[in-house]
Amino acid sequence: MKLRANLVIGGSLFALAILVGLLAPWLAHTDPVMDANLMNAEEPPSWTWWFGTDDQGRDIYSRVVYGARVSLTVGIISQLINSVIGVALGLSAGYFGGWWDDVVNALTNLMLAIPSLIFALAIMAVLGPGLTSLLIALGLTNWSFTCRIARASALSLRSQGYVQAATVLGYGDLRIMITQLLPNMLGPLIVIGTLGMGSAVLSEAALSFLGLGVRPPFPSWGSMLSEAREQITTAPWLSIFPGLAIFLTVLGLNLLGDGLRDILDPQSRSRRT
Amino acid sequence: MTGTPLLEVEDLKLDLDTGSGRVAAAEGVSFRIDRGETFGLVGESGCGKSITALALIGLLRHPLSIGGGVIRFEGREIQHLSAARQRDLRGNRIAMIFQEPMTALNPVSPVGRQIAEMFVLHKGKSWREADRLAVEALANVRVPAPERRVKDYPHQLSGGMRQRVMIAIALACGPDLLIADEPTTALDVTVQAEIIELMRNLCAERGTAILMISHDLGLVANVCRRVAVMYAGRIVEERGSADIFRAPLHPYTQGLVASLPRLGSRAALGRARLQEIAGVVPAITHFPDGCRFNPRCAQATEICRTAAPDVDLLEAGGLVRCHHHA
Amino acid sequence: MHEPHDMPGEGRPDDDLILSVRDLAVHFPLGGGLLGGGKRLLRAVDGVDLSLKRGECLGLVGESGSGKSTVALSILGLLAPTRGRITVDGQVVTSRQSGDRKALARTVQIVFQDPYASLNPRQTVRRTLEDPLRVHGVTAKSEIADRVAAMLRHVGLRPEQADRYPHEFSGGQRQRIGIARALILNPKIVICDEPVSALDVSIRAQIINLLLELKDTLGLSYIMISHDLGVVEHMSDRVAVMYLGRIVENGDWREIFERPAHPYTRALIAAIPDPLHHAPLATTGGDLPNPLNPPNGCAFSPRCRFTVDVCRSEPGPVLETRADGHAVRCWRSEEIAGRLAAAADWDVNS
Repeated sequence: MKLRANLVIGGSLFALAILVGLLAPWLAHTDPVMDANLMNAEEPPSWTWWFGTDDQGRDIYSRVVYGARVSLTVGIISQLINSVIGVALGLSAGYFGGWWDDVVNALTNLMLAIPSLIFALAIMAVLGPGLTSLLIALGLTNWSFTCRIARASALSLRSQGYVQAATVLGYGDLRIMITQLLPNMLGPLIVIGTLGMGSAVLSEAALSFLGLGVRPPFPSWGSMLSEAREQITTAPWLSIFPGLAIFLTVLGLNLLGDGLRDILDPQSRSRRT
Repeated sequence: MTGTPLLEVEDLKLDLDTGSGRVAAAEGVSFRIDRGETFGLVGESGCGKSITALALIGLLRHPLSIGGGVIRFEGREIQHLSAARQRDLRGNRIAMIFQEPMTALNPVSPVGRQIAEMFVLHKGKSWREADRLAVEALANVRVPAPERRVKDYPHQLSGGMRQRVMIAIALACGPDLLIADEPTTALDVTVQAEIIELMRNLCAERGTAILMISHDLGLVANVCRRVAVMYAGRIVEERGSADIFRAPLHPYTQGLVASLPRLGSRAALGRARLQEIAGVVPAITHFPDGCRFNPRCAQATEICRTAAPDVDLLEAGGLVRCHHHA
Repeated sequence: MHEPHDMPGEGRPDDDLILSVRDLAVHFPLGGGLLGGGKRLLRAVDGVDLSLKRGECLGLVGESGSGKSTVALSILGLLAPTRGRITVDGQVVTSRQSGDRKALARTVQIVFQDPYASLNPRQTVRRTLEDPLRVHGVTAKSEIADRVAAMLRHVGLRPEQADRYPHEFSGGQRQRIGIARALILNPKIVICDEPVSALDVSIRAQIINLLLELKDTLGLSYIMISHDLGVVEHMSDRVAVMYLGRIVENGDWREIFERPAHPYTRALIAAIPDPLHHAPLATTGGDLPNPLNPPNGCAFSPRCRFTVDVCRSEPGPVLETRADGHAVRCWRSEEIAGRLAAAADWDVNS
């Protein structure tokens, strides 16, 4: 029953993060940007200021709540872009083979050789900071694993009888890929996608930490960490709470990914004996 | 042959843990094999024939376990032996060959090494001596140029050659019983003939008994002196092999014999519609009540649906498990 | 060269033939070593002629590596032949890139061996049967539903079962679904590739009977590929025996099974265990030769007990057709038949 625990804890953490992001206007105590009040600067956590306040007197709790929106948007959308690119390239490469497979393979190896964060940094440097740039940078740099998995699945599924049967029945290539191959490789792709979201949330934090993410003053967990680094000794709560939010979200996504792997893996489903 | 049989299985029950409870994957399995005898266990997938073999050799693993009954080898109960004693028994006295030799052989070790290992492990030979014996063993299973072949890896050999190597490993220590689980199912017919003849001759020379497990009643009837037919976890008929083929007594066996197109029958009798056995093979978790063959049996009556038939011992030897056997 | 051995007789109309394969060769180049060692050629099929008449069942027999599956894939247009010409119902089969793919799909279909791997686990039976109709331009919903329901009844399933997934069916039922899928486009030829060998023994008769029934009711022609000679004898009208990429014998089923002329055909039949006797199985000696390095002369010569010098010399024997249409690729078939008959007489008389 350990399998289910992964799924339940991971799913709950992720769902909680999404809920927080969606309900931010109702959950937040103050406006995360406008309600600066130097009178309240650097208050430690208390009943009034749950997570304390920053040097401009903004409520950290409210900023963490609103920060969920940026972090999750980046995590989900950039991973979706990655999945679409990876599946399209990998599936077609595995299905068609030949020169196209060689091209995709070379491209994948290239992507794997360059650290994706450095690549994203380079893209951000060209596009300039901002949410859209962040989505593009992270969405273009992390598809190689998805691509590998999709290609390997397509290669092994291609020789299955039902794929041959579809060819014999006169199905077009696109139809075969979408109706015969794709549904049968979704399991591992969902797992990779979930894990990828976690790493996108981390990448967003890293880029924002380096000042390349969402423009201040609007909060994201990464940019909050970045702003807090000089007060890490004097006001540790400035780092602790956004850090904890990142930690729990990524942990949740990883547990969810593991849990999904366990139930989507055909090996673990009830087998015919 | 009287006296202690080589192997005696009594009322063996094998449990399958489905996660939500235990079901009997096989029950009431009893048979005996004398020294040097050839005995066949025939049935379809899920009938319990292969797990019975695994139980005999102590290789049942979760979710399967022995739920009752006795296995005697030379009169001694072996079902509760320690892992070490079972290991010793395996290979040394009881050996087994499998359907797909590729998965049973170690892919990263030369086949000669794998044969030699048997002599080192079970006979305490030095590696040098064992390597020499391995060449001899390969020659015995009629592998051409054995001194060169010992250095080959399993993937370099054809399916037939691999099964020869498996037989060489199995017979290396001169076991008293060879269990062959679908030994030729993955092979072509001409290669099957070679392997069967090799197995039959080697075992006859050495007095090794054979327990052959297969779905192919015709093959088993040809190889074995006695045959037991299993259906849904129970032995339904056990008799001399020629008798079972000429005049099967259990409706399931009758159905099997009649339903298969036999070479020569069309020329002799014309193309008649094959006699079908209706219905489907029941799943282990859904064995029917009463006689397990009753939903597919044309002769089934009320009692077949409610009560499991007992074993009828036949005067001429053998047994049948059917309410309607007079 | 290879003489077409069973061209339709004179005066017989050519359209009696639904399939003709002429001098088919499929060679696969296998990569040489890294250092550019000579590329090796696998002659999977090398000069095969086959004909199938309307309503006929042609048994295709041979062991692994004989090329029978390669022939099937070529007829289905899934493999591009190196040489030769395949004509199906008047249409020349070319490789899959051609636009005639769909027309071919409406003529030739296949029933696969493994009923588990050959059905898409994520599609219901309905989807599996409806999609091909849509692909082939059937748009009317009622027509699609009617044809699917009728086909399910044809193969012995109930139309209510259409919304289930493959894993909810037993092996035999899955094979029925596989048959329904092969027939849904009303093809004329069905290639049955070991259609019962993956099934439980007690289920096989059901599927064999079903295939024979459908052949008659729907007017189909079959190519029956199997290693089970009992099944082939039961189902086939004519039988072609393949060995190492070539046909070694081809004739009427009765001829093949009662008077096999090629030593390999004899070996195949003799290797089948006799359940009523503990007679040793007739062994042939040796494994199948390496197809990359086929023997000189007759490919069967290293394993044949009748081999003499001429069998090992090039060129190998050609497929010679006797007056009765029985074709054999063996230098000594008549001599051997005579000797065996004499030996049998001697047995009887002594």
